[in-house]
Amino acid sequence: MNILIVFVVVLGVTWAIGRSVERAHFRRLEADERELAERIAVSDLKRLPANWHAAGATLVTGEVVIATDYFKVFAAVLRKLIGGRLRSYETLVARARREAVVRMMRQAERAGANVVWNARVETSTIQGRQQRQSGGIEVLAYGTAMRAE
Amino acid sequence: MIVVNTEFVPGRQIVEVKGLVQGSTVRAKHVGRDIAASFKNIFGGELRGYTELLVDARQEALRRMLEQAQELGANGVLNVRFATSSITAGAAELYVYGTAVVLREEPA
Repeated sequence: MNILIVFVVVLGVTWAIGRSVERAHFRRLEADERELAERIAVSDLKRLPANWHAAGATLVTGEVVIATDYFKVFAAVLRKLIGGRLRSYETLVARARREAVVRMMRQAERAGANVVWNARVETSTIQGRQQRQSGGIEVLAYGTAMRAE
Repeated sequence: MIVVNTEFVPGRQIVEVKGLVQGSTVRAKHVGRDIAASFKNIFGGELRGYTELLVDARQEALRRMLEQAQELGANGVLNVRFATSSITAGAAELYVYGTAVVLREEPA
């Protein structure tokens, strides 16, 4: 009985903290994306439009690793019983991918570029201490930054 | 050395294709980071130690690829691709590859 109470309390606390961390992260991402979108255009197209003139091409990258939390893992375990959308993990990968792209854009900005072309996003998981359990998600975003007119 | 992941470099012509160059690295984090990460796993959030590890791994893999390109006498690497994989718990593999080329300024 005691163990059950401890378990529920831990779950509740991780849910509350995890959610506030996630919400703060999404708010920051939205602000960053809005700010950067004014100065840097990102595209996954391979070729530049024919009438553009570009210079100063260089590779830029952005990387991030974000951990799962106990609540997300627990929610996913329950979800797997009946199947369907794992919303707790959807938001996790969304956060990581958007953060990596934002970091890539920042690097492009420091390089004096205004576009990032041929952007690619690579994702992989980091194994947790328990077997088969995901400890986190690792995202690497990269592309070619250049100054285009 | 010009490194891009597009198939062209604006303002430059490809004079010669030297072939595929690659670099890879497998990195493990140390125990301290592992412990810090297990705490982070309770509440979630960014694993800064691992992010640093990924940055180091990317730099190392790129460095190895560029060394190869230099040996071939190239001055650019085009169409660079990254691939990541997790080989075992707590280790990250990063593989980077591209085509080494000799570039020349486009005549105006």
